[in-house]
Amino acid sequence: MDSRVVIQQQDFSVAQIYDDMRSASGSDAGAIVTFVGLVRDRNAIAGDGSAVSTLTLEHYPGMTEKSIASIVDEAQQRWPVPWVKVVHRVGELQPSEQIVLVMVGSAHRDAAFAAAEFIMDYLKTKAVLWKRELSDAGEVWLESTAQDATRAENWQQN
Amino acid sequence: MVTIRFFAQLRDVVGTDSLQFAADDLEQVYAHLRRTLGSETYTQLRAENVRVAVNQDIVSANHRLLGGDEVAFLPPVTGG
Repeated sequence: MDSRVVIQQQDFSVAQIYDDMRSASGSDAGAIVTFVGLVRDRNAIAGDGSAVSTLTLEHYPGMTEKSIASIVDEAQQRWPVPWVKVVHRVGELQPSEQIVLVMVGSAHRDAAFAAAEFIMDYLKTKAVLWKRELSDAGEVWLESTAQDATRAENWQQN
Repeated sequence: MVTIRFFAQLRDVVGTDSLQFAADDLEQVYAHLRRTLGSETYTQLRAENVRVAVNQDIVSANHRLLGGDEVAFLPPVTGG
């Protein structure tokens, strides 16, 4: 089992994961960058601002983990980031809940910042996950945006 | 027998999350689905943005199948 990637229904503790990474990296890490994504309460449908009540995340057990592990592999080939943790929640989430954590440890901050951003950009377009948003306006399956696609493509040129 | 799995909006379209039937390759799976689900549903399964995985690996061409194999229809993904 790849301990870099965890898919779970339950919430996660940033402090716990941070402590674990600090223990694992010892004095070799000079920087740890943490990103946490939260569920917004604004509707994605046509940006009409309807209140979101529930975001449901669906995954394909096994393949989802594999797709995220390959994103992490790519990040670790591009930057010297020996310590990476991605925790992605699935199931039903309410606005303001934590949805995803990306934590990257490196000797220097440049690599850690870049790798964390790269992983998030790729999660948006390449991770095998699906999101269904329930709001005042109804229920809709979300797709990654054109902006998400552009951000992911930009990494292929740099 | 192979297992066919449908995710997200494709599960809504098909009306079930999985089917099982005998098939020797993907072309037979497609033919079976077209026959049993109707051409309208089948067209959505074969849309350009739908990817097909065999045992959790994306495949693009026809693919031989063995008993117990799992074929999955994956609509556009988004995480984060």
